[in-house]
Formats: sequence, C-alpha cells, structure tokens
Amino acid sequence: MTKSLRVKSSEYIDETNRISFKFNGKTYHGFKGDTLASALLANNVHLVGRSFKYHRPRGIMTSGSEEPNAIVQVNPGTNRTEPNVRATEVEIYEGLEATSQNCWPSVEFDIGGINNFLSPFFPAGFYYKTFMWPASFWEKYEFFIRHSAGLGKSPTSNDPDIYDHRNIHCDVLVVGAGISGILAAKNAAKNNFKTLLVDEKNELGGSTIFENNEFNKIDNKTPSEWLKKEIEELKNIKNLEIKTRTSVAAYHQYNYLLARENLTDHLEAKDKTNKIRQRLLKIRAKKVILATGALERPLIFNNNDRPGIMLSSAIKKYSEFYGVACGSKNVFFTNNDSAYESALSLYNKGINVEAIIDIREESESKIVKKVKEAGIKVYWSHTIVDTAGYKRLNGISIMKLSNDGTSVTGSKISISCDCLGVAGGWTPAVHLYTQSGSKLKFDEEKQIFLPNQNTSGQISVGSCGGDFKIDEIIKNLNQKLKDNLNIKETDLDNIKVEIDQENSKRNIWLLPSDKPLGKTKPFVDYQNDATAKDIKLALREGFRSIEHVKRYTTTGMGTDQGKLGNMHALGIIADTAGVKMGELGTTTFRPPYTPLTFGTIVGRNVGKFFDIFRRTPINEWHVENKAEFENVGQWKRAWYYPINGETMHQAVQRESKAARESAGILDASTLGKIDIQGSDASEFLNRVYTNAWSKLAVGKCRYGLMLNEDGMVYDDGVTTRLGENHYIMTTTTGGAANVLGKLEDYLQTEWPELDVYLTSVTDHYATASLCGPNSKKILKKIIPDLDLSDENFPHMSFKEVHIGNIQCRIMRISFTGEHSYEINVQASYGKDLWEKCIEAGKEFNITPYGTETMHLLRAEKGFIIVGQDTDGTMTPIDLQMDWIVSKKKYDFIGKRSLYRSDTMREDRKQLVGLLTDDPNIVLEEGAQIVSELNQSPVEMLGHVTSSYFSPNLKKSIALAVVRGGKDMMGKKLFVPMENKNINVTVANPVFYDQKNERLNA
Amino acid sequence: MFLINCPYCGERDQQEFKAGGEAHIERPKQPTELSDDEWAEYLFMRKNIKGVQFERWNHAHGCRKWFNMVRDTSNDEIKAIYKMGEKPPAQ
Ligand SMILES: [Zn+2]
Repeated sequence: MTKSLRVKSSEYIDETNRISFKFNGKTYHGFKGDTLASALLANNVHLVGRSFKYHRPRGIMTSGSEEPNAIVQVNPGTNRTEPNVRATEVEIYEGLEATSQNCWPSVEFDIGGINNFLSPFFPAGFYYKTFMWPASFWEKYEFFIRHSAGLGKSPTSNDPDIYDHRNIHCDVLVVGAGISGILAAKNAAKNNFKTLLVDEKNELGGSTIFENNEFNKIDNKTPSEWLKKEIEELKNIKNLEIKTRTSVAAYHQYNYLLARENLTDHLEAKDKTNKIRQRLLKIRAKKVILATGALERPLIFNNNDRPGIMLSSAIKKYSEFYGVACGSKNVFFTNNDSAYESALSLYNKGINVEAIIDIREESESKIVKKVKEAGIKVYWSHTIVDTAGYKRLNGISIMKLSNDGTSVTGSKISISCDCLGVAGGWTPAVHLYTQSGSKLKFDEEKQIFLPNQNTSGQISVGSCGGDFKIDEIIKNLNQKLKDNLNIKETDLDNIKVEIDQENSKRNIWLLPSDKPLGKTKPFVDYQNDATAKDIKLALREGFRSIEHVKRYTTTGMGTDQGKLGNMHALGIIADTAGVKMGELGTTTFRPPYTPLTFGTIVGRNVGKFFDIFRRTPINEWHVENKAEFENVGQWKRAWYYPINGETMHQAVQRESKAARESAGILDASTLGKIDIQGSDASEFLNRVYTNAWSKLAVGKCRYGLMLNEDGMVYDDGVTTRLGENHYIMTTTTGGAANVLGKLEDYLQTEWPELDVYLTSVTDHYATASLCGPNSKKILKKIIPDLDLSDENFPHMSFKEVHIGNIQCRIMRISFTGEHSYEINVQASYGKDLWEKCIEAGKEFNITPYGTETMHLLRAEKGFIIVGQDTDGTMTPIDLQMDWIVSKKKYDFIGKRSLYRSDTMREDRKQLVGLLTDDPNIVLEEGAQIVSELNQSPVEMLGHVTSSYFSPNLKKSIALAVVRGGKDMMGKKLFVPMENKNINVTVANPVFYDQKNERLNA
Repeated sequence: MFLINCPYCGERDQQEFKAGGEAHIERPKQPTELSDDEWAEYLFMRKNIKGVQFERWNHAHGCRKWFNMVRDTSNDEIKAIYKMGEKPPAQ
C-alpha cells in the first residue's frame, strides 16, 4: 500500500520540499503544492470516510469545493481543530493532522456499517417516520443517532486565531480566475475600471491551466501555455487586485458580496501565530462578472459510490496538475467527450487506461479517434450495471443499453479496475447567480440551467454562462465585456482559436441495471446517502414540489449542498412525474456557497469587542471602591458596593437605610438626556407627553409620561425648562436612543411645521444624585453661596450655579422620595464632582448606592420603572396614574387610544401593591397570582413585577399587575410556588411616606 | 444588503438605515372625532404587498432624516426615493 502513485513532475508540485502529515494516525508524505486529497491519492489512499446514513466506505470524488465525501476533521484535539473540511481544499503543511469523520471506531472498521445491510429498512423519510414515535422515546433514539452521526467535533477551547473584516469598493468584481475570469479582469482593468479578481484556489488559471489537449490551440499555443502568458501579464496591470484562496460565500442584493480570504490555513502551526487567519471581505461592486465555471456531473448507476470512483475531470487534474495517478487500472464511464480528454491525459503520462464505457452510440471527434488509435477499448452504447469492491473498487460489470436507454440487454461483461472516472457532462455553477436573486432558464438542448439574464450590474461569462468550448467562450466573453463595460476594443478581438470539441452528449439521468431499482443503490446525494430509489419513493408518497422532495429525502441538504447530484435529482423527478425540468425549477441555493468559520463571521467582534459597552465618567471611582456592576442596556452600572464581604442583600439593606436616614449618592449619568430647543418646544412637549407643559415656569421641573400611539406607556422622566425655548428632557437609561428616534420621527414626518431641534446630550453630562435628609447640608458645604431654602430652591426646580469654575445644573428632584438633588456637570468633571460630594458627606456617613438600592427605594415609594413594572401593555390608567393624563389637552401621542373600548375595560391588569402575610417572605419577581387554590385550571390574575425586603419598613413589599386590581384593595390572593402557596394582600403601591413629607425633610 | 441613496447624504449601506413601515399614512388631525374602527384603521392596519410598496426609511446611523422609498418587494428593486412631504412619483 505504500507504493507511490506519483507519475511525473508537475510544475505545481515542489518535489524538493517533502512534507509529512498524519491521516487517521498514520504518517504519510507529500510535497509542497499538494492538497490533502492529492497527497493521499499519491499514497494510494482512496478510503477517507463513511457515508452519513449507511456508513458505506467512501473515497475522494473530486478535486474541488464540491467534494461530498472527503470531509475531514483537521488537527483534532487542538484548539485549532475544524470539522467538515474538504480534503480537496486543504493544502498540506508539515505537521498537518486530519481524521475521517462519521466513522467509529475507525474508517476501516465501522460499526455503523451494519446500517448498510439493514438499508431496506432505511428508506426516505425513515428518521421522520420511525424516530418521531412514540414521542417519549426520542431522547433514547437521539443518543444513538448523534453518537454515530458524522458532524465532526467543534473545538472545546478558545480559538487562538485572529480574524478580520475588510470593506472593498470596486468598479468590477470578477469571481473565478479561470480563462474567462482572467481575460475579463485583464480587460476591465486595462480600461481603467478598478478591478478585483478572486479565486478560491491558490493558483490562477482554473482548469485551462492544465489543458494540454493537442486539438485545441489559442494563437497556435496549447490553452495552458497561452493562459500562463496571460497570467504573467496580469502582474503589470494597474487597477487590478488579485486575491487567491478567496471564496465568495454570498451574493446579496445591489452587488454586495461576502468573500472569505484564507491567509494562514496552508501554513505550519509556527507560522500561523499572530497573523490574521481569515478575512471576511465585504465587497460592494458596481459590476460583477461571474466566471465561476462549471462542475462536472457524475452518472447515476448501481453502486456508484465506491472508493476509487471519481469524477473524470478530477482524475485529469490529479494527473496533470498534481502529478498523481489515481489508479493503476483506470476505466472511464461517460456520456460525452470529456472522459476522452482525461483518458488521453493519463495515456500520455504512461498511466494504464483499460477501457471507456460510453452510453452514446458513437462519436467521430478527433479526440475519440486518437483514443482509439492509442489502443484503448471503447464500449459504445454500454452502461455499468454494477461495481465491486467494498473498501476499494476492484471491478465493474457492463451491459448493452437498450435503444431507449431504460433497460439493458445481452450478456454481462466484467472488467477489472481500481479507478473509475465518471463523466456525466457539465453543470454551470450558477449558485452565486441565483443567490443574487436572478432567475434561471432551462436549456433543453444542453440539459442545463442557465442564467436567464445579464443585467447592467452583472454578467455570467464562460462555462457558468453556458459556453463550454474555448472559441465560444472567447467570442461571447468579448461581446459581453464590450456591451457591459461599454468599451470598444479588447485584447480578445484578434485571438485565433482552433478547436476540435464535440458537444455530442446522451443524457440519461438514471442509468438502468439488470436488477430492479429496488435491489440497486444508485446514489444521487453521496453525502446524505439519498438514492434514486428514495426520490422515486417520495414521488410515490405524493411529494411533488422539488423543495418538499429535497427535505423529505435530504437530497442536497449536506454541507456540499448537493453540488454534484442536484441536477440528477431534478432529472429523475421530471422523468418520473412526466414534467419538463424547466417547469420543475430548482431548489434554492442559499449562502454560504462553501461553509464559513464562526471566526470569519464575527471578525474582531470577540471578547470585549463582542458588544459595545458604555461606562460613565465616574466609573473609575466605582471600580476603585469595589462596586459590583450590572449591565443596563449597553451601560455598565454600579449595582451595589459590598464592604467586608457583604452579600448583595446585606449591602443593599445597608445602602437603603443610609439613604433614608442620612445621605446616599448614586451615579445617574446613564439617564438619557435630550436637549430640546426652538420656539415651539413647549407645544412639542404638549404633544409628546400626557400632561401639560405650556405653563411650566422657567427654572421648574416636571415629571412626564410618554405613550405610544396605542396608549401604552413607552418612557418616563423629568424634563426641566432651562429657558423660554429651551428644555432638557431625561429618559430612562435603556430607552434613550429609541425615545430620540421616536421624537425625531414625529417632528420630521407629522409635525414638520414645528420649530424644534433635538440633540442627544447623554454623554455630555455626568450626574450625581445626592439624596437623604442630610443632602441639603452636604450641598451647602459644596456650594456655600447657594440659597437652599425651600422658598428659593423648592422641590421640582432647577438652578444653574458654579462649583469653583465648574458650571453645573442642579435639579431638586427625587426618585427615592427623600429630599434630593441631581447635580449635572460636564462629563469630564464628573469624577471630580463625585469625589467632592463624598468628601463633603463624610461627616454624614454619605453612602454610595447602586442600581439595586435605587430600585428598592423607588419601590418603597411605588414609583414605576418602565420596562420592569410595564411591558408595553400598560396604560397610565392601568398604572393608577390617571393624575398625569391631561383631560384638557386636545391631543397628545396615544390619547385617542386611551378611549378605545379595550383600553377602557375595567378588568385590565392594573398596578397594585402586594404585602405578604408573613412579612419575611420575599416574593419572586415574575411569580403568578391567583385568587383560588383548589381550582383547575385556575385563572392567572397577573404577576409580580418588583419585589424586595424593605429595611426601612422591615417587611417584604412588592408591586404587581393584577386583573381588576384597582378594586381589590385589601383582598386576599395567593402566589402559588413550587413547594408552597404564599398568602398575599392587595395594598396601596405607595408603601412609604404616603404624604410625601420627606421630600422637604 | 441594499445600497440606499439617502436624499441628504448619498449612497450608503443598508446597515446605516432603519425601515419604518408603510409610507403616506397621515396621523389624523382630529383623533378624538374618530370612531374606534376609524382609529384602529390608522393605528393597526398596514399593507404587506408583494410588488411595489411605498415605505418610510430613516438614515438612523447617518443624518437621522426620514424619507420615502418606493420598493418592489418581490425583487428588492428600489424604484424611487424622495423626501418627506414630497409627492410620491406617478406609478
Ligand atoms: Zn442621510
């Protein structure tokens, strides 16, 4: 098995650079330039995996990203491991390790292989039909299914690599650097279009670069020679950027494409560190030229999936490009001339070709004649009826096809072989084209789906546009470039092409066998083990839509998205159902074209960059004083300040008592602040708040409630009149951006006649909220000149003063019910102000408190928090805040909705207070409330919205929304919990200082 | 992702914008005069057309201006963009 199948040196393989790598634990050698697939084939390793459902041995089938079988886990057990990687795309490097997926315990001996012998019991929809019943068994089934499923293993430790995103704007993006892409990019760039050319491979040139067919000549050179010269010239062209190892994953509207550029995957581990591994290119192109080529189709015949059965074009690429013979006894099976090119390529390298099986009756092209001259036996009008060899192909049986192609006749011929190249014709790679939203049309003659249109922003050129012969490709490319880029002359005008290529082809979607279909295994989707039989079964069971058949049989649902077999699936459905393929349409090709890593998708947005966060100007002080933090929207807010190992409960109890008994201080900088100016500012506030604003005197503050047009509470806050036409509005911390957006919306679209200007100034100010009976004394120490008497500076008023040189705005407003001041200074002075307050407050035991204590203090007063005690279904009336809704104002946002029959219902959920009969039990927020315990089902009356143990009242308090709660004062209700029922009594939501005496204490 | 031609800033990526629902629904000048049904019609009822649709958009992460867009929802072709207060283009 160690025999090397390296046949002849190739210029793309560096035989002086020997590389060792491991596959399934065994060490192999390859050369620089090899892919994992080519290196394995050179070591005569075909068996690389097991199929998903039947665990059948599978081998490398292709040489590109369409590979369905050779799916491997790269570098298993390391933090760089990656599952579901196609061996055909992995460039080998020293130290590379890879293992097969979907086999246990090993690829050679696979326990799941038993499924293959049980396969009559695994028809289409098997998993749906069997494992869904009985429902309770699903957990057991799932264990076994997951254990044997071939999905690979994700890494378990952090990804050490760096990923990046880059935006690119270009005039012309060319996708695919085969002959069409290279010529398109060259001519676009030469005509001063800023051009980007991308290709998923590491070398330019596509399949033409190894096209040495002597019957095709461009300017008297072989296509390969000619194209190499063209590629050489690209280096001297300005305006052209070329990116190899770059795969376009998605094509969105307006020529927005996402591509993954692979930068270090081909390097040894030591060379990967501190480099960007992959970069997501976000490309916006004025024009997109798709030159994505075509994929060779396999043929669908009995047991067409054994290791050693490959695409004919892949065998050719392995021999010409990688210098590897895939077998020592090769046979080709074809319906067109392509296989003859591959056969000739092997023959010219001295690799044995046993025979060609051709389902056509004959072909007279020069290349066929040449093959015959070489003494290779051709079986015309024959098909393969079976293959042999479990872990490696060792032979085929062929029979003569009937004239109509639906059955076989005559006697069986056996041919011994270890490699079979299948050539079923070419399918244009239209995946990106359809992702862009463009439609396909079916070409009856060529039996392929083709782009239906070229638009001003997008053209498809070369074989993805339906041109397969070099003369057609160049002629049509030339015309499309001239039309689309509006240029008069190109390089292509004077190219001389001689070709001898025949398009003759005999298309049979499902080839017959001597056995009935039920006894055969013609695979259509290799990765998901869907056979032609499964598709026919789905049709018999009544599935008609191609999308339904796809989901029922899982055809085309693997990581390869059925790139090889989708056309056959369609063909078989069309033949069986008696409809035309053009009418059937295709399934939707969804992005990504090839899988993307999560790293590429998130780029730099990991760790602390995962989401934006905001810190207040006073943050540093909170950190120094060991605050615990909580996230409020994007803000990091001080939550509580534990001292001497306090729990959160202990800290909050201490902070709350201090704030009511002496003095507390809160960082309120996160509150949203909107500066409102203009001659209609008062009128504007009248329209957006439920209460009246025109008569608010300059220097006074007012609390406002903002509704949505549906009457539901949206936001609240205090707004201060700074001047005749100047207000500053505060919003909730989380609602700031949305409130500004909403106000702008009304201003611009409903009331453009109002002279009002809105500016967000949230970040401009730092706010310290000083509260408690000693707050006045502390402020007096800081600003001795300010008259703090109730006459000069009453509750709900505002002063603009200076502390030293620092200008500050002080509002005497309160969210705790205590005498308190909110001091606003320019953000950069925030910490300085805070420290001044702490210093001045020392003698009063000033206590910094966090958001948790703030919530507790306001709950004692029955003040709502929008978003906690409301949920978008609460009107001000539901909140028992009728007092804030103006009856006099003609209109404001949401007013009309307060008079809808639904919002006026008496039995809506309404905000109430709840007291537990046992004052030590604290209710859980979110707990349900009922009035009956012995009823089933029982009506849920509402739920607890806020709940705390109040140190100032020495009992548990809660706010809740309860159906019809307004009229339930004093009523006994229950909060049923998992292990107990808690008795509660409906109470006034204002638990503390109901007469508001402390505001002026 | 769309490329949207903000009437104030020029072409920008869709991610700078916020969609704001159906256009040309004027807030009633005298809401209190309306029946519940009439108010509900204004408040809740929106078209969801497969085809040409008139929409409001906001350049939220740009100039913050609202404007109108005519978009074919079947292929996302933006047929016209015009400022608030301007008449929609004739069909
Ligand atoms: Zn703008």
